[in-house]
Amino acid sequence: MFKRLHDTPTVTIKVNGQTVRARSGDTVAAALLAAGIDHCRTTPVTGAPRAPYCLMGVCFDCLVTIDGIGNRQGCLVPVREGMEVATQVGKREAGR
Amino acid sequence: MAASEYDVVVVGGGLVGAATAWGLAREGCRVALLDEGDRAVRASRGNFALVWVQSKGLGLAAYAGWTIRSSEAWAGFAGLLKDETGLDVCFQRPGGFHLALSEKELEARANVLKRLHNQPGIVDYKTEILDHSQVAKMLPDIGPEVVGASYCSLDGHVNSLRLFRTLHQAIHARGVAYLPSHRVDDIRREGGTFRLFTPQGEVRAGRVALAAGNANMRLAPMVGLEAPMKPERGQIVVTERLRPFLNYPVVTLRQTDEGTVMIGDSKEEGTDPARLTLGVAATEAERAVRQFPLLANVNVVRTWSAIRVMTGDGFPIYDESETHPGAFVLCCHSGVTLAANHALTVAPMIARGALDKSLVAPFSARRFHVQEAA
Repeated sequence: MFKRLHDTPTVTIKVNGQTVRARSGDTVAAALLAAGIDHCRTTPVTGAPRAPYCLMGVCFDCLVTIDGIGNRQGCLVPVREGMEVATQVGKREAGR
Repeated sequence: MAASEYDVVVVGGGLVGAATAWGLAREGCRVALLDEGDRAVRASRGNFALVWVQSKGLGLAAYAGWTIRSSEAWAGFAGLLKDETGLDVCFQRPGGFHLALSEKELEARANVLKRLHNQPGIVDYKTEILDHSQVAKMLPDIGPEVVGASYCSLDGHVNSLRLFRTLHQAIHARGVAYLPSHRVDDIRREGGTFRLFTPQGEVRAGRVALAAGNANMRLAPMVGLEAPMKPERGQIVVTERLRPFLNYPVVTLRQTDEGTVMIGDSKEEGTDPARLTLGVAATEAERAVRQFPLLANVNVVRTWSAIRVMTGDGFPIYDESETHPGAFVLCCHSGVTLAANHALTVAPMIARGALDKSLVAPFSARRFHVQEAA
């Protein structure tokens, strides 16, 4: 759906164990969208799929697990080399 | 004078008033429920939602029996509401814990229970003291600092916001006239009719039941009753939704049916519900993490403070007026726990026109007058 204009991806992160290339300065949410990942979580109540939406920290639809910590807002966290991201299913598990 | 439009007018649209109004409507009464507006200071929107037995009744043995009566009636009460509205208030009674974070706390806990059970006339509700390993079998996620707990099998919890909504839906379906923005300025009894004056006009009824929480203090003297109240503020911290990990409510911490964890048991003097004290919330959160270390990196999504309805001695007040026959007052801290009693026991008494002394005599406000009580 999205394609990069001309920036060359330079950072490598893992999403659900798969390698994803991102640009330095991308947020996690932007990197997921650029990689064509069309949903990052399902909701805790109805299990509906959700993708990053507002991209400015307001809507909480881009929640993902980052380096083992659940329910982090992907749009507010810049990618970092070696970062491990996991998409979420339903409610977060306490302790991770 | 025009005949009364209503058999009973209930003043106060919170949990106590709504449960009472529903019970009255079930008895066939024509009922009006007078309420304040959306900005009312409302304990029913801020409470912790326990249906709780353990610890109740130290200093007034009858309160333990009264609480157990409601706890035992709660499942049936929830069932009746579900039949009428289709809504599930998520009542669960798996038993509940009071955790101790030091030997000293556990000893203090055991002492309170011993004193409670040593009172004459007490109903023994079998609260056990458990050590760390016994607690860990039921609550596997407790931290190493939890030395033990008291456990009472009668304790439970409910979704209290849904209870509030369900009661209002149920009274609506039963034809109760819900009248918001009807703050009562004055009440007069003339020729056997109560006239209640509000900014929206006058409401008349043959009987009046005051269920206005801390505001009963202002209203009760209008009908020859009294309701000495001592409001206090409590603060609650709420986390994001988590997968179920806590199968029992703890007196300071519970996981709701929707997955959020509510934390809080603070008590502060004060009646300003807009005020939050960060230190209090932080202390609550810190104790919660010591009890359940897996909460350490969980996100908090809300905190709020609310004003507890609290009588002068913490026990309920149920009274009927001698000077104004047909006027009743209901005050209690535990509007959730006692909701089943208010709907199924107290409301029928009001419908019959007299309190059943064998059940509620110990809760008369006359106890606040030492000479009369002696």
